[in-house]
Amino acid sequence: MIDQKIDGAKRTWIIASGCAGAVGAGFLAVPFVRSFEPSERARAAGAPVEVDISGIKPGEKLTVEWRGKPVWIVRRTPEQIAELPKNDPLLADPLSKRNADELTPEYARNEVRSRKPEYLVVVGICTHLGCSPGDKFTPGPQPSLPDNWPGGFLCPCHGSTFDMAGRVFKDKPAPDNLEVPPYMYLSDSRIVIGEDKRA
Amino acid sequence: MAEMQTAPAGAGSGRRLLTWIDNRFPLSKLFNEHMAQYYAPKNFNVWYVFGSLALLVLVNQLLTGIFLTMHYKPDAAKAFESVEYIMRDVPWGWLVRYMHSTGASAFFIVVYLHMWRGLIYGSYRRPRELVWLFGCAIFLCLMAEAFMGYLLPWGQMSYWGAQVIVNLFSAVPFVGPDLALLIRGDYVVGDATLNRFFSFHVIAIPLVLLGLVVAHIIALHEVGSNNPDGVEIKEKKGADGHPLDGIPFHPYYTVHDIYGVSVFLFIFSAILFFAPEGGGYFLEFNNFIEANPLKTPAHIAPVWYFTPFYSMLRATTDLMVNALCIVVALAAVAAILRGGFRAGAKVAIALVALIAVYLLKTFDAKFWGVVIMGGAVLILFFLPWLDHSPVKSIRYRPSWHRIVYGVFLIFFLALGYLGSQPPSPAGNYISQLGTLVYFGFFLLMPWWSRMGVFKPVPDRVTFNAH
Repeated sequence: MIDQKIDGAKRTWIIASGCAGAVGAGFLAVPFVRSFEPSERARAAGAPVEVDISGIKPGEKLTVEWRGKPVWIVRRTPEQIAELPKNDPLLADPLSKRNADELTPEYARNEVRSRKPEYLVVVGICTHLGCSPGDKFTPGPQPSLPDNWPGGFLCPCHGSTFDMAGRVFKDKPAPDNLEVPPYMYLSDSRIVIGEDKRA
Repeated sequence: MAEMQTAPAGAGSGRRLLTWIDNRFPLSKLFNEHMAQYYAPKNFNVWYVFGSLALLVLVNQLLTGIFLTMHYKPDAAKAFESVEYIMRDVPWGWLVRYMHSTGASAFFIVVYLHMWRGLIYGSYRRPRELVWLFGCAIFLCLMAEAFMGYLLPWGQMSYWGAQVIVNLFSAVPFVGPDLALLIRGDYVVGDATLNRFFSFHVIAIPLVLLGLVVAHIIALHEVGSNNPDGVEIKEKKGADGHPLDGIPFHPYYTVHDIYGVSVFLFIFSAILFFAPEGGGYFLEFNNFIEANPLKTPAHIAPVWYFTPFYSMLRATTDLMVNALCIVVALAAVAAILRGGFRAGAKVAIALVALIAVYLLKTFDAKFWGVVIMGGAVLILFFLPWLDHSPVKSIRYRPSWHRIVYGVFLIFFLALGYLGSQPPSPAGNYISQLGTLVYFGFFLLMPWWSRMGVFKPVPDRVTFNAH
């Protein structure tokens, strides 16, 4: 074997056909990887949802499903609204400036993060790892929460806390405030979630 | 090709059949190489039973899994119901299902003990690096297998556990959200996710797992087993060419392992029949409620075998990132002041440290949590090159090394416990300390593993006949 001469031309062809084969395999992989993407049916789902909010009492929350996710509509009490500005020093992003284009529509870039101060509309999915936080509307000391708890939401998974405007507190795993979905009022008692402008 | 052999005259039909096969397939050769003439050290202790037990549990999982697949429906609308159907209506279905779900926990108990054995006796050291690497890859596959399998019953914990873990990938900068979408196959965990996890769980990963197990055993049998003394038995061979301290795996260790299997099955059966849910640790109670995408259970935690890593994920807050920045800075200062590097290398170290701190502060703590959690598993792969101790086994290391291993173990268990509990401020601080201890144990190993007075290693293994 040792004293056999290497046929350079043959080796070149072997390398060339090996490379051609690798390129072919790469192309072949495309349909398999693409098949992991959401199907056309999954893409088509997700129409806007209309909700009647007249039945929500002050301090209550209504959960509706939009694109498979929970959307909360909370009717805040005047005390809860008055409490919001006091939280600012404790919050990571009180003015909702981070990732504002994805998380906060222009009409919600304010202290109350909503179109009308009374009604908060947010996607009830923690921006950390996608759990749905629980309601902790009662202020004051309680398990898993700080003693100066002003009322808000607690994510059971990793302990992120949010105030009554869905704004995340400092030094918590969640980096961002809760997402405000596009929504608009059809009348004083009806809102539509999933679109914010009618053509 | 080997010459055709003929059975001796007057041989029985069994012998003639074996000769016929051996002429066409290396049956006797394989049996001898891996069993009857595979020489293993004679001083194995109880720690050495867990490899065989892992194989036993693997067979249990494959067998029960095949039977579960006959009744299970991988459809978000039917999955939960079909598991209940298996539990209530399929004859003996409850037993097969509990064997599979309890078997998963048994698998991790056995594998964790197997890894701990390797850690204390230095079984990952030269020439067994590849045995260790294949083993780590098996551990990774097992984690993937367990995680995807846990989605299949489509309970609340299945759903929200998958939601959390898939969202981990979305923390990766730039490509994260698309990656998570590609894994889920939908904008939320749904039918598409369940179906593909089923495919991975029942065929893709088991195939890889089996290949890795074969590679693990072939590599082990190539280099030979380590032992509690960390002495290479191949260095002292008798006139027959076999290691003086070695005994054939069959019959000595087959019988030894059958004894271990009996004890294991005693315990396994007791759990299987009397506490198949393991007090909520093996099968979480919330998983007996069907998945509800609108409501996360009040307390969600992964199954116990993931909790140490989950704790590290949870511990990575902004405070922890700041602590990591300080650690990186201190390490750089120490390397520049004390390390014997050239001036150019010192500048490079300072630069790397600066970039590290910059990146730590630039990306979210969420992303670093994922890095920490992944790193905690991946760091195991580097163990053979982190340990610089002149001896393999803990028996001949300085006595204080035992304390280091002990502290590591205690923090690992503490992380595991805290990961199963709801988040609390005190628990979070302990988890952060535990995370630093876990990584410190490995990353500082090149230094501490060399320090202290080592005891003389004997030429031959220590063994008392009984």
